[in-house]
Amino acid sequence: MVETIVSAPADLPVGPVRRHGIGWWGVGTLIASEGALFAYLLFAYYYTGATAPAGWLLEPSPALKLALPNTVLLLLSSLAAWCGEQGILKRGRARALFGFGLAFVMGAVFVAVQGIEWRSKSFGIGTSSYSSLYFVTTGFHIAHVIVGLAVLLAIFGWTALDYFSPRRRLVVSAGVLYWHFVDAVWLFVFATYYLTPYLGFGR
Amino acid sequence: MMQPQVRTPTVGIDGVEHEARLHELWDTSPGWKGFLTTVDHKEIGIRYIITAFVFLALGGTEALLMRLQLAGPNLTLLTPEQYNQLFSTHGMTMIFLYASPILSGFSNYLWPLLLGSRDMAFPRLNALSYWIYLAAGLFLYAGFVTGNGPNDGWFNYVPYASRDFNPGLNEDFYALGMVFLGISTTVGAANFVVTAFRTRAPGMSINRLPILVWGTLTASVANLIVVPAVSLAFFLLWMDRQFGTHFFDTAGGGQPLLWQHLFWIFGHPWVYAIVLPAMGMVSDGLPVFCRRPLVGYSLVALSTVATMIFGFGVWVHHMFATGLPGLGLAFFSGASIAIVVPSAVAVFAWIATIRLGRPVITTAFLFFSSMILLFVIGGVSGFMTASVPVDLQLTDTYFVVAHLHYVLIGINVFPVVGATYFWFPKMTGRFLDEKLGRWNFWTMFIGFNLAFLPMHLTGLLGMPRRVYTYADYGGWGALNLITSIGSFVFAAGAMLLFFNVIKSLKSGAIAGKNPWDAPTLEWSVPSPPPAYNFAVIPTVASRHPLWENRIGGDGALSSLDRGMMLDHGKETIATSALDAEPDMVLEMPHDSFAPLILAVGLSALFVGLLLKMWMLTGIGGAIAAFAILLWLWPTTDLREREPAHG
Repeated sequence: MVETIVSAPADLPVGPVRRHGIGWWGVGTLIASEGALFAYLLFAYYYTGATAPAGWLLEPSPALKLALPNTVLLLLSSLAAWCGEQGILKRGRARALFGFGLAFVMGAVFVAVQGIEWRSKSFGIGTSSYSSLYFVTTGFHIAHVIVGLAVLLAIFGWTALDYFSPRRRLVVSAGVLYWHFVDAVWLFVFATYYLTPYLGFGR
Repeated sequence: MMQPQVRTPTVGIDGVEHEARLHELWDTSPGWKGFLTTVDHKEIGIRYIITAFVFLALGGTEALLMRLQLAGPNLTLLTPEQYNQLFSTHGMTMIFLYASPILSGFSNYLWPLLLGSRDMAFPRLNALSYWIYLAAGLFLYAGFVTGNGPNDGWFNYVPYASRDFNPGLNEDFYALGMVFLGISTTVGAANFVVTAFRTRAPGMSINRLPILVWGTLTASVANLIVVPAVSLAFFLLWMDRQFGTHFFDTAGGGQPLLWQHLFWIFGHPWVYAIVLPAMGMVSDGLPVFCRRPLVGYSLVALSTVATMIFGFGVWVHHMFATGLPGLGLAFFSGASIAIVVPSAVAVFAWIATIRLGRPVITTAFLFFSSMILLFVIGGVSGFMTASVPVDLQLTDTYFVVAHLHYVLIGINVFPVVGATYFWFPKMTGRFLDEKLGRWNFWTMFIGFNLAFLPMHLTGLLGMPRRVYTYADYGGWGALNLITSIGSFVFAAGAMLLFFNVIKSLKSGAIAGKNPWDAPTLEWSVPSPPPAYNFAVIPTVASRHPLWENRIGGDGALSSLDRGMMLDHGKETIATSALDAEPDMVLEMPHDSFAPLILAVGLSALFVGLLLKMWMLTGIGGAIAAFAILLWLWPTTDLREREPAHG
């Protein structure tokens, strides 16, 4: 291999090309660490619930009326962000702007609905360990969605400035990947807080 | 101007003109501006090392004050509250502000040189990681100097740390400071992981990595995953204390043991994170003085990783006395005992390397080889407490204190001092004084063992840790006096190191490129190395590029003088993750204010949280957001966007 590299060097890409670049790895490490954070938050829920006396849940049957459609909305926003990324790949700037803009609006609506959900709770953050876990865990998630919205906004702006091409667009793909993460991790939070009570956990 | 998206790197040999060009591209500008904006891994590494040694001296001073208090029975030199703050701050300082950052410092300085690269994968992130470390260290110490230091031990159990029992700001300083410091550790770990996988010299496949890289890589992967556990625990504690949540207090249905789980899920892997890189220093340094390659390279590399994998599953051995179910204890006890196997692999490999080599006795060799002995003693006492019935007897006694000091001083401080003797010539171009070095070694070695070997007995005789004074039961007084004397001898030995460094910086013998005749890439460049490290990127054909002519192998030779020039800009090479085949030309960022601005913004944010000055928190957050935007704004320099528009 030494001989080949030194005597007949090959063509190499200069800087990040497509998804290929160390920035992609950087966002990967960020997601690994943030994913771990949510794992510990859910561990705290399950551990506290499993060791608590019966009747720990303050809402034995959490209302799904808002939470379920909101979950679907957030998942669809991932699809919108993906469409935006495809727009960059196909040199369709209008499509890209539409995709990122739509994902942003859907994400913002998700946050607003979460706000309504918070207000509708009959308990506050200091009511019990369950309520503390509920507000802090969903609060962490909302904070991540807000960071994700800022990322989408930046990508939207840079796309409007016509910065990207199908080859030079690692920033876009990395940002969209982060948005997918924010959406995917909600499924775990949602399943934990809204679905496991129906399976009998913590009742 | 169109930028080419593909290029065939020019291959050539080093020359004066080429070096001048690289110097122009890579050198940090002089003066305060360069000081505040530099992203050079060598500069950052040295800052890390100096800062960590300052914290070592502070933590050591705290220890000496405690040893004065404990020198005899019934002394009242310190009040109980002073003693509480001292032992807690001592633990916090040594474990969080010295033991890990010192290894980050060495790895920051050494990695690109070991790997044949011109910098870390993310140079600005590297600068950020240092600035936050510094800021968080100052934040934590601001608590201590205002009388608000942590006072509940470094692992900070609730309910002692809850507001009802601890109403001051002490625990808030500690909690927020640790969340802040966690950011530094995490971004540093991310940088090491990506650097190890992506910016090695061509040909440095994964089985040719120096063991130090294996150690820091393993530690970094673990840190990435476990630091969020402790950051979360401290955040939840702060919420409990300041916002009336009920994570840990039983009154609101909280679970005090949740604190211990979250803390030790982090804490035990962390113990390996602060020794594995130091073990790597020994694995790389010791063979140089034995004049032969390390015995069992692959086994040592794999056992490094295996130790950490086991290390994820042993945290409950810190909680044997908390009343958890017996089956759980049995599992964690078994895992803790099994971890002996990968640890022993390294020990036997080092012993075999000495036995099969022709040892040259230098100060560095003495520090590295004595570490093997201290590691075995610390390992055996650890193995003992891994057994549940033994632990129930010994937990919270001085036996555990003796164990953890053998492990942390034995496997961290001794290798680090050895590494200082070993790599000081590379960093400064001068040797440390060998004669003074012998005094340095023997004073530290004798002082350390004098202090901590008898302490096992103190513990076996039942003396509890963390009690500020004691009555003279069955010989505690004499043992404690010996420990206090030993600790002062040890401290005097450590002072000799600092003295040697200051003396040798001015008058040490001049060291050339490769003063120890060592085999790895860092010894192929001048001492101290130029800003760009390697004038041409080396291409590696073996684990020991500088020893190829004498130890044989498959006959392929590394190419150190002839290689990719990469002088079109501030560039280095990225390679594939496992085989290290050339993959792309990396455009590296120039010096930048963004990391410093971000660290300043975050500092304001954390001070605002501590004092509940929400305005300050908001301003800090806004500054941080601005810095991130400045940092991430796509540029044509880094080829993050197309040049033709915008």
